[in-house]
Formats: sequence, C-alpha cells, structure tokens
Amino acid sequence: MTEAILEMKNVVKYYGATAVLNGISFSVFRGETKIIIGASGSGKSTILKLIMGLDKPDAGRIFVEGEDITKFNERQLVSVRQKIGMVFQESALFDSLSVRENVAYRLYELGVDEDEIDAKVRQSLGFVGLEEAIDKMPAELSGGMKRRVALARALIGEPEIMLYDEPTAGLDPVTSKKINELIITLRDIKSVTGVFVTHRMRDAFTLATEYASNGGRQISFHTEDNFVCIANTRFLMLRDGTIIFEGPDEVLRRSKDEYIKRFLA
Amino acid sequence: MTKMPVSPKAAVKEVQDVSSLAAKAFASMFRRPFYVRDILTQMDIVGVGSLTVVMLTGFFTGAVLTLQSSKTLTTFGAVAFTGQLVAVSLVRELGPVLTSLMIAGRVGSGIASELGSMLVTEQINAMRALGTDPIKKLVVPRLLATTSMLPVATVMADAMGIIGGLFTSVFVLRISANLYLARAWNGLSYMDLFGGLLKPIVFGATVAIVSCHCGLRTYGGTQGVGRSTTQAVVVSSILIIIFNLFLTRLILVYTR
Repeated sequence: MTEAILEMKNVVKYYGATAVLNGISFSVFRGETKIIIGASGSGKSTILKLIMGLDKPDAGRIFVEGEDITKFNERQLVSVRQKIGMVFQESALFDSLSVRENVAYRLYELGVDEDEIDAKVRQSLGFVGLEEAIDKMPAELSGGMKRRVALARALIGEPEIMLYDEPTAGLDPVTSKKINELIITLRDIKSVTGVFVTHRMRDAFTLATEYASNGGRQISFHTEDNFVCIANTRFLMLRDGTIIFEGPDEVLRRSKDEYIKRFLA
Repeated sequence: MTKMPVSPKAAVKEVQDVSSLAAKAFASMFRRPFYVRDILTQMDIVGVGSLTVVMLTGFFTGAVLTLQSSKTLTTFGAVAFTGQLVAVSLVRELGPVLTSLMIAGRVGSGIASELGSMLVTEQINAMRALGTDPIKKLVVPRLLATTSMLPVATVMADAMGIIGGLFTSVFVLRISANLYLARAWNGLSYMDLFGGLLKPIVFGATVAIVSCHCGLRTYGGTQGVGRSTTQAVVVSSILIIIFNLFLTRLILVYTR
C-alpha cells in the first residue's frame, strides 16, 4: 500500500456563495477503502462527484493513478471513468431499461459482442445474487435490489476503484448487511480500492472491522478481535467542508473532539 | 409559476447556455458513436406519435379558414378564389406555425420532463459515469428527430388543411371540388413550398434545443421537473412566433 491511486490536493468547491469543500487533501492507496463520514451537507458526495469528473473543483487538484484530471474535458474523462465504478445514492438506474440493459450499459457503449455481454451480465448479477432479476424493470425491484443492480452495473467494467455514495441509505439492517458484505468482498477478495461515503456509523464500523476470506469456494466473513480497524480501511471525517479526522476506527472512537463524540453517540 | 430570467445578465447567460448546447449538439453529430436506434425511436415519437394531433389541427384549421375567408371573398365576388387563399395561407404560415406549436406542446414538454426527471434522479450523472456523453446520447437524437420530422408533419397538416377546406367548400359554400383544388394548386409556387418547409426545420431545431436545455438544467426535484416542462413549452412557443416573423421577412426578400 505505497502507491496513491486517488489523491486530492487542497480542493475547494463552492455552490453559490457557500464553500462545500474548503481545502480538502487526502490520498487513497491501492487496495485501501476510505470511509468518508460526516453530517448531511458536509461535502461527502461532492468529493465522489469530483473524483468521477462529474463536477469541477474551484481550486486544488485531483489525481487518479497519478494523472492530474482536474482540467480534463468530457472526452478525456472517458478513459478515467473506465477505471472507476460508482454506486449512486438512489441507485440511478435507467428506468426505461431492463436490469440486463442497465448492467450491460457500459458494454453496449463499448460495442462488445452480444454473447460476451450476456456472460458478463450474468456473472455480475451472480456476484450480487440477482441473476433471477435479469429481465425485470427497475420499477419492479425493491430498494435493496436496486442498489445491488447498481453495484453490478458499476462492476461490469471491472473497475480498479469503486465509489459508493451512501449505498445503504434508507435500507433495512438485513439488506444493508448484504450490501456491506458485497463491498467487503470486493475489497478483500478482489482487491478493489474504494471510497465509501456514509453517515450511518453502524455500516461504517461494519466495513472497518469485518473482513472476508475465501476458504475453498465459500466466502466467509469475520470480525477483528476487539473490533480493531483492519489495516486496509481508514476513516475520514468531514465537518462543513473540512477534514476534522483521518485515521483508523479505534482512534476515531477514542477521539476527545466534542463534535466527533456527539456524532458517534 | 414559471420563472423567466429577470435580469439582463440572466437573460444573456440563458442565451449563451442555449447557444453553447446547440453548438455542442451540432459538433457531436459528426462524431462517433452514432446512436441510430435512439434517433429512430425519437423519430417515431416525434413523427408518428404526433400525426393524429397534427392532422386534426390541419383539417379543422383549413375548414375554419375556408368559412372565415369565404365571407370576405363573397363581398368582392371572389369566392371562387377560396382554394387559393386557403392553400397559400396554410402552406406559407398556418401549417408550419401551428404544427410547430402543437409539437412544441406535445414533444417539447415530453423532452423537458424526461430529461429533467433523469437529471434529478442522477441518471444523467450515471450515464456520464458510465462513459456516455449525454449530449450525444440524449440531445442529438432528439434534435435530429424534430428537425427531420417537423417538415413531414407540416406537409401532413397542410394536406389535411386543404382537405378540410375542400369539405367546407363543397358541403357548405357549394363550390365545386375541381374549382377549389385547381385554384389551390395554381395558387401555390415552389417558393411557397420551400418557405413552408424551411420554417419547420428551424422551428424543429428550436423546440429540441430549448426543451433539452430546460430539461438538462432542472433543479428542485419533481417540482423542478414541472417548472422545466412549462418553461420548455412557453419559451419554444414564443421563439417559434418570433422566428416566424424574421423567417417570413427573409423568405419574402429572397423570393420576390
């Protein structure tokens, strides 16, 4: 874990007169998962949009695999976006397309052969456990199923980096656990680098303390003794567009900062 | 309520944004990939989907125009020229303008609400994240479909208008069908047809660009989608009426 795959340097972003991000700097190393926590409106989702090139910073620089993408235009960003998958807050599935077409969307755009598309779609839906929903329309799916389809869609291009924008928001604990386990599997079994945005501390701590192992064909999940944060997962906490904490779970829990203590309570 | 740009700065910004979208869409037309399936789908929605509305509008406009104009023409003993008046009025003005206004209402509102909904549910961002240029995928097919199908719809409206006029001429005014059609045919020149087809091309591009622009800058959730839809129809309709004046003047200068 020596090479920074994602890097933000002094990033500033304004929406109108309000500074949503105010001098944000951090790095995400290859194979690492960065959990960004903070209250609503603290700038968490904005960070993901800036990394994906969906929005431009007003100041500062953003690097993806060492390449400065800050001033890239839409056409230059296409190659960057092929390395990154993103799960949006409300899934953002194309409601006029079926599950198959949603998941295969990137492959259709690349002009991949139909047989190959079918195999990859089934593989991707198989990973999230939704192979039977392949011919359904998004309107026929539950909230949790939509998130899993969104995850399958993001994974189809086999991205090196995954961005998760509150993927468990509004879901029940059982479905949230299922989504979290998929993210843990991606991190630990497939070594996908991730940035996970949430304000649900339960999900954040699950991600920080659970790990997946691949014994034979079965993937099993374990918890670190004494709930110690596992090595490839780090927290980053935002408050009003600035970073107020960066480090592992156990240090975050012991923080003396009043705001952090209130947030974790 | 529809909020229109109030300050001159906002109005200039609006014009700049619309022009920028039009330029990007035009430039994108010549770059790969070409979304042929999306273009054909949009042509079906705009052309075939609007046919009933457009034909009904044309038929009844022609019929009413015949009734109204015959009264004035009778005063001068020129009721036999009803066919010419109806045909020229329809082909030069009423056909293109009414068809475009109907399509602005039907298709423009659809475009703005569809793109607006996609924007507020982050589907446009998802599309960008998956490596697709929304202008190429969403704007260009709609622009090509409206500019190509509006002239076709106008021809249908003109034809139905002349048929509507024929019905009232024969059954109400007791003018012979042959006389009506002969006058209508002789009254039209190739330049009338040229002008009558040029206008819907310009109006079609206007409806598509304005509606896409309104849809793609939607904000404020479902309420914002409603606002964008209203704006798309209002702005497109006003621009059609304004552009019609300039185009008419231009066509008359060059066809004198």
